[in-house]
Amino acid sequence: MSGEAFLFTVFAAMTCFSAIAVVVSQTVVRMAFWLVISLGSTAALFFLANADFVGAAQLLIYVGGTLVLLVFGVMLTASGPYMKIGTSTGETVVAGLIGLLFLFVVFASVSGVNWRQPVTASADNVATGAVGNTLRPLGLSFLGARPESGVLPGEDAAGTGYLLPFEIVSVHLLVVLVGASYLARAKRRAVPVNQVV
Amino acid sequence: MMFAAQSIAEFFSFLGGWQYVVAAVIHAVLLVHVFALSPFAFIWLERKVSGRIQDRLGPTRVGGLFGWLQSLADGIKLVQKEDLCPQAADSMLFRSAPYVVCVASFAAFMVLPFSHGWVAVAADCGLFIILAILSLEVFGIIMAGYSSGSKWSLFGGMREAAQMVSYEIPLAICALVPIVAAGSLNLGEIGGMQRGWFGYWFLFHDPFTFVAFFVYFVVATASCKRAPFDLAEAESELVGGFHTEYSGMRWSYFFMGEYASMFAVCGIASILFLGGWNTGIGPIDDALYAARNAGADGTGSPALGYLANVLGVFVFVSKASFGVFVQVWLRWTLPRLRIDQVMTTCLKYLVPISCFLFLGAILWPLALVTTLGRTTWTSGPLGELVAEEVRENQVTRSLSAADVGGVAVRAAEGVVEKELVR
Repeated sequence: MSGEAFLFTVFAAMTCFSAIAVVVSQTVVRMAFWLVISLGSTAALFFLANADFVGAAQLLIYVGGTLVLLVFGVMLTASGPYMKIGTSTGETVVAGLIGLLFLFVVFASVSGVNWRQPVTASADNVATGAVGNTLRPLGLSFLGARPESGVLPGEDAAGTGYLLPFEIVSVHLLVVLVGASYLARAKRRAVPVNQVV
Repeated sequence: MMFAAQSIAEFFSFLGGWQYVVAAVIHAVLLVHVFALSPFAFIWLERKVSGRIQDRLGPTRVGGLFGWLQSLADGIKLVQKEDLCPQAADSMLFRSAPYVVCVASFAAFMVLPFSHGWVAVAADCGLFIILAILSLEVFGIIMAGYSSGSKWSLFGGMREAAQMVSYEIPLAICALVPIVAAGSLNLGEIGGMQRGWFGYWFLFHDPFTFVAFFVYFVVATASCKRAPFDLAEAESELVGGFHTEYSGMRWSYFFMGEYASMFAVCGIASILFLGGWNTGIGPIDDALYAARNAGADGTGSPALGYLANVLGVFVFVSKASFGVFVQVWLRWTLPRLRIDQVMTTCLKYLVPISCFLFLGAILWPLALVTTLGRTTWTSGPLGELVAEEVRENQVTRSLSAADVGGVAVRAAEGVVEKELVR
């Protein structure tokens, strides 16, 4: 077993184990802890696959952002010291069914791929010998230029990138920000206090 | 032959497939020992500096005249202490929280280059990774505060979390200001670009990076929860905040993590603004650079190239340690801010200031191009060095320099938006 395969096994096992622990544990903050381990191991898997940017984004957005927000929410809203979530039998059965269905979908799509086929690296990477340095191509494709993808005859080179989705996401995030600050603003009474009878 | 190995992994190449595992173990052990030992020096420094500032002598007894063994005595005391876990605590989370903090702080050194090419992972988006990893530390602190089963800890943890999450935003934006000048997120490339006289350091690149350095340093101090921003650990009202219930080694893990992240943010500052491992004296830097290259490609003595790198590490560590010293100095000079003032400072002043600096840093090259006809105020070789660094990393450029600069700006905007959403 090569070092890379060994590390893959370790992190994949950690991801699966802690994902199960999220489902099994009952305290919300413990769930968050296991989710951190699960998502962190997923990020490690991305790093192993030489996708540095995706791995770092995974850490920054999911672990450092979303989960911290989740725990904050629990800390601010919990009525008791350790909030517990119990599941009824019906919920367990429904969730189990949905989980099995999802497993079936994933299994079907994974087994539909021919994994024996050798992966051809993009021309850009072959020319430079660079592996894992995905940042520059990523940035360029967000700008709408994908020099490595190859432009089909009769197609506009500028149209092959992801400029439009990138801009839409940016505007969307801006709207979310404005909305959040509107919701969180200091509430003023419509009528001054001394006029209320 | 030993010096010719470019990495520890290469040195152990006779082990076959396990060389990377051996190299990883060596790196991890080195790192833990460096940051178990460097707090010795930093805590001793903290005691001595605070003593001098308060017109005292500081430690003088243990280990001779300057009391330099005081930290060892403290360390032995901490190891001996009982490992307590309160009855009301969630023991699993309580016990694992210090490790989360430690792992987050230590993992940051994975992508921090100590000298030319001396970095564990030379990632293309090194700065992004390091900021992502440092943002994990807050989770350990929330866990510690929440799982202690104590009101002091919970309040401390919440304050700490709110403070660290808010200060991450200006930290990331300030770190982006020199990135606009560099056009790369690779910390190794950024350090290499600042070779030559200290005028080529990004600190002096334009007025915006100059101001950004000081804003960054303030924000970095706050995000390491150091005084004057340490109200979350206020001894007088919160009994120590999130680590109230901790004792012995687990308590000291938090401090190892704190000193490690102090060193990490100061290291980032020295790479982004202060020239990294470059001495700042033109001829010396050029000679060291030549020695390194000659050592690497076999035309010169490998031992000389190795020595040049060791000198680089010395310069880098000195710059970062000076940053830590300034943080200690600030702690004993400035009074604490109230928690609402800490948040106001961040959200009402530091975030707008850093956004303004970021905007200014983008407009600066445009303004210079229209007035002077070049993108930097120095007529110096920064542009050439950028090209050289990139060529060294064997990244072919099919697009012009202006396009790539634009890419950096757009990528930077993306990061800012992600940060702001949080």
